[in-house]
Amino acid sequence: MTSFLRSIAAEFTKVFTTRLWWILAIVLFAYIGLLAGGLAALFAGIQTGVISPDAVNTGGGATPDLGSLPPMIYSFASSVGFVFPVLLGALATTGEFRHQTLTPTFLATPRRGVVLGAKTVTLVVVGAGFGIIALAASLGIGGGVLNAFGVDALLLDQETWMQAARVVLAMGLWAMVGVGLGVLVPNQVASIVIVLAFTQFIEPLLRLAASFLEVTAKIGNFLPGAASDALVGATVFSFASPIAVAPLDWWQGGLVLLGYALVATVIGFAVSWKKDVT
Amino acid sequence: MPTGTVIEFRNISKSFGGVTAVNDLSFTVEPGRVTGFLGPNGAGKTTSLRILLGLVTATSGTATFGGVRYSALPHPLTTVGAALEAASFHPGRTARNHLGVYAIAAGLPRTRVTEVLGQVGLADHAAQRVGGYSLGMRQRLGLAYALLGDPGVLVLDEPVNGLDPEGIRWIRRFLRAMAAEGRTVLISSHLLSEVQQSVDDVVIIARGELIHLGPLASLDTDAAPQTIVDSPDREALTAELTKAGITFSIGRTGLLAATSDPALLGHLAFAAGIELSVLHRQKAGLEDSFLALVDGSPTR
Repeated sequence: MTSFLRSIAAEFTKVFTTRLWWILAIVLFAYIGLLAGGLAALFAGIQTGVISPDAVNTGGGATPDLGSLPPMIYSFASSVGFVFPVLLGALATTGEFRHQTLTPTFLATPRRGVVLGAKTVTLVVVGAGFGIIALAASLGIGGGVLNAFGVDALLLDQETWMQAARVVLAMGLWAMVGVGLGVLVPNQVASIVIVLAFTQFIEPLLRLAASFLEVTAKIGNFLPGAASDALVGATVFSFASPIAVAPLDWWQGGLVLLGYALVATVIGFAVSWKKDVT
Repeated sequence: MPTGTVIEFRNISKSFGGVTAVNDLSFTVEPGRVTGFLGPNGAGKTTSLRILLGLVTATSGTATFGGVRYSALPHPLTTVGAALEAASFHPGRTARNHLGVYAIAAGLPRTRVTEVLGQVGLADHAAQRVGGYSLGMRQRLGLAYALLGDPGVLVLDEPVNGLDPEGIRWIRRFLRAMAAEGRTVLISSHLLSEVQQSVDDVVIIARGELIHLGPLASLDTDAAPQTIVDSPDREALTAELTKAGITFSIGRTGLLAATSDPALLGHLAFAAGIELSVLHRQKAGLEDSFLALVDGSPTR
C-alpha cells in the first residue's frame, strides 16, 4: 500500500514537473472561455431579442427554442473540453515509452500494475482539476455573459452545481480514457492522431449518422462522447438530433465512460505495459 | 555502509521472436570487486542486464541478487543501483526533478537528490532541463540515479561511453572506491581497454554465450606466442629457420617465428654464425586476447 501511495506521489510529480499540464490548462481555459462566452452572447441575444431572429433564421421559421441556456453553455466545459484531459492522459503515458522513462520508473517500482494504477489515479485527479479549470471558463465567462444579457445564469441553482460536479467527474474519467489509450497505443504520434481524429471528426459523424434511426440512436448513446454528455447533462448535441431518443441516465453514462477507460487500460497493460522494456 | 550481495545469473536464455539473444548464460559477480561484463556490440550484454533488472523477461533461467529476483526486492533502489545505456530522461524535466520523481517513488529522502547530484559533479546543473545536457552530463545523471538509494550493488551499462578523459579517470577512481567499500560493481563495455584499469574480474560474452570468465590477469594467456627475429642476412636466417622446422611469416619489423623462446632462435643463429639485428618475444596484449576470444579465433 505504501508503495502505491509513493507511486501516486511520484506520478503527480511527473505531471507537474514538465510544462505540458499548464500549457494544456491555459489553452483549455481560453478555448472554453471563448466558446462559452461567444455562444452565450449569441443565444442570449436571440432569446432576449437583442439579436433579431431574422438575422440568424434565414429559413423564416419561428424563433428556435433553445431551452434553458445556462446548462448548455456550462456543459461546454466537458462536451468540448474533454479532449484536453484525454490528451494529457495519453501524452503522460506515451511519453514514458517515448522518453524511455519506463526504465527508471520500473527500477524504482518493479510492480508494474502498481505504477499503472498510480498513473490512472493521478490522471483522474488532474483530469478532474482540468474539469474545474474548464468550469471556471464556462461558468465564469459564459455565466457572466448570460448575466450581462439579463438571462438568469442560475449560478445559485443547485442543479447548476450538480452539473458542475458531473463535469468534474466526466473530465476525470476522460483523463483515464487517455491513460488507457496511451497504453493501448504507446506510439505517441499515433496516439495523438487517434485522439484528435476520433474526438473531433469520427465520433461526431458517428453520432450524427446514428441519430437518424431509432435503433442506431440507441446504440449511438453508448459512444464515449454521447455517454459523457449523458453523464453531464445538456449539450449542443442533444437538440441537434432529429429523432428523440432518451439519452442514458447520468450514472449510466458515467459507467459507460468508465468501462471504455477500464477496457483500454486492461488491454493496454497486457499488450504494452508488461512487455519487455528494451 | 551498504554491503554488496552476490549477483547470480543462472542458465539465462532469451530469444526475441526466434532470434536467440542470450543463450544459457551462467556466472556470478562477487562483492568487493569490480567486474567487467565484456563483449562486442550485439553480444547480449544489455539484454542480460535488463533481464537481471526485471525489465526484460528471460525465456528461461533466473538472475538474482543474493538469491532474490529484482522484482521481489523489498527496497530495489537501496539494494541495486542501475544505469542503463539508453538515455532515460524526459528532456523537459530538470535533473533535480528527474531524480526527485524516483526518490519519491522509492521512498528516499529528497536530500539524497542533492547529495548524488553533488557526487557526480552536476550540482551546478541541477536546475537545468535535461534536454540541454551533453552526452557526458547524461551519463553522470544516469549514474546519479543509480546512486540515489546508496545501494550495495551497482549495475552500469557502458558507463564510460561519452565521458571525457577527465570523466573517465574520475569514474575509474569512483568504481574502485565503491568496490573497496565492499559493494558489488558490474560494468559492461564493448571495449576492454575502456575498463581494463578499473576491473578485477572479467566476464566475456559473444553471440549471447559465455566465452571467458575469471580475473583480468587470466586474459593474459598468450595462447600462440611469437618471437620477432631479423638479420641483415635474412636469407641465411630463413634457411636456418626452415632447417630447424620453425614456421614463420614475414612481418613489418622482421620475421614472426612461431616460438615463445627467443633463446632457441638466438642459439640457432649463433651456431650458424648469423648476425641478428632483432630478437624479442612478442606478447599479445590483453586487448588482443580479448578480441581473439570474441572473434572466436585463437590468438595470432
